[in-house]
Amino acid sequence: MVRERFEHDLITVQQDLMELCDKSVDALELSFKAFLNKDIDLALTVIDMDSQINHLEEAINDRVILLLAKQQPVATDLRRLIVVIKAASDMERVGDYAVNIAKDTIRIGKDPFVTSIEPIEEMFHKTVSMLRHIIEAFIEENTVKAKEIAELDDQVDALYGSTISHLMKLNVSNEHVAQITNLSFICRYVERCADHATNIAEHLFYLVKGKHYELNN
Amino acid sequence: MVQILEKQQPTSPIIQLNEQSTVMESKGFNLWYGEHHALKDINLAMNENEVTAIIGPSGCGKSTYIKALNRMVELVPIVRTNGEVNYRGRNIFEKGYEVEELRTKVGMVFQKPNPFPKSIYDNIAYGPRIHGIKNKKILDEIVEKSLCGAAIWDEVKDRLNQNAYGLSGGQQQRICIARCLAIEPDVILMDEPTSALDPISTLKVEELVQEMKENYSIVIVTHNMQQAARISDKTAFFLNGEVIEFDQTDTIFSTPSDQRTEDYISGRFG
Ligand SMILES: Nc1ncnc2c1ncn2[C@@H]1O[C@H](COP(=O)(O)OP(=O)(O)OP(=O)(O)O)[C@@H](O)[C@H]1O
Ligand SMILES: [Mg+2]
Repeated sequence: MVRERFEHDLITVQQDLMELCDKSVDALELSFKAFLNKDIDLALTVIDMDSQINHLEEAINDRVILLLAKQQPVATDLRRLIVVIKAASDMERVGDYAVNIAKDTIRIGKDPFVTSIEPIEEMFHKTVSMLRHIIEAFIEENTVKAKEIAELDDQVDALYGSTISHLMKLNVSNEHVAQITNLSFICRYVERCADHATNIAEHLFYLVKGKHYELNN
Repeated sequence: MVQILEKQQPTSPIIQLNEQSTVMESKGFNLWYGEHHALKDINLAMNENEVTAIIGPSGCGKSTYIKALNRMVELVPIVRTNGEVNYRGRNIFEKGYEVEELRTKVGMVFQKPNPFPKSIYDNIAYGPRIHGIKNKKILDEIVEKSLCGAAIWDEVKDRLNQNAYGLSGGQQQRICIARCLAIEPDVILMDEPTSALDPISTLKVEELVQEMKENYSIVIVTHNMQQAARISDKTAFFLNGEVIEFDQTDTIFSTPSDQRTEDYISGRFG
């Protein structure tokens, strides 16, 4: 087996990607915890964590660029590196949404919730599970698993639709409009995170099949 | 329901004006060196105004194949062949085929630059003179045109009477290409033409190959995978005397269909 160096570097960059995923999904979980518990300090911590996530993504990009320049991979090897960059960018976005949720948490402050947030929690748990599993599937290059995970996005989308229409129909006094807006945004952020999990599933299909697939429509 | 939809490929905006026509083609071609079956059932078609690259590990039969295309391979006495190699529709191995005529139409450039120990001018004028051209003015024109075509005119125009041996390796190789152009071939065969050259000369020859395909059809053997990817339209992957895969170069280097091709172009063996 030649190309041991390349294989080794590839594994390193995949490990970096795993770390980025863990950090991003951790941040997402913490920001949601902060939201549930109205924990402003925790929300601030999440905002602080973001620069680490950004640096990790940059480090992955730098590593991949060096590998491209030095090893000049082709075919599957080349796609493998390109999709790492894409998946890293999706995961970095998840980190950004964690920050957005933390900021809305701060805006909501200590006010009691004006409605049940259970549907948002349900959406959130599905999304986190998608994100955690998709990255496993990605590293294993398991398209069957990736497809199953992408399919969950429909459930998240449905929950998003019903939750938003519920929020919009709420008959609330003017002082609560701001919170309804914040809750809607949080819903939106969670839904977008699930889309990024689907994106990663699509990147994996591209890697394995060499063609573009749309897993969700 | 989630469906996996393969995205529709947008229809290519590039309109192919005229179907490429085949200039050389081998059909069920086999070659033996004595008992050694060096080429096995080779079916390949090379198009006009295209660059066809031949890649594969050492000893897989690339040089043998390319030398079969102008019957140079017959200089080895133990060689036997069967099947066809057609040049513009005629089997070059058929009885009575004019080999000399073939070699003026199907020129060859070798791995090592091999100029004659003569002046630059005489190197280029050599072929045309053999073909009976004596008129100085016509020869001058051929020399200039060929040197221009090989992208070396500017570098040598002031020293045409100097010995070609005084040139650098990269320059010598372009002189050999010019010498090949001077006999106005139709097809140019190149066997690892840049393997003895430095990177800059290599890039010059690569550029040149790209320009030359406007007027010629080119078959090039190369060990440099990036070179095949950069300059060829089609790529054939040879392994142990067989063609494993032959396709658009873009396909070979992005989504080859045979695992052995993928392993080879990814540097996993060879
Ligand atoms: N003159 C010859 N006599 C006997 N066998 C030969 C001769 N020339 C080549 N062969 C054999 O034929 C096979 C193909 O050789 P060929 O030179 O075509 O390979 P190649 O693909 O060009 O290799 P390389 O990349 O090393 O130039 C090899 O097994 C080689 O040993
Ligand atoms: Mg050879």
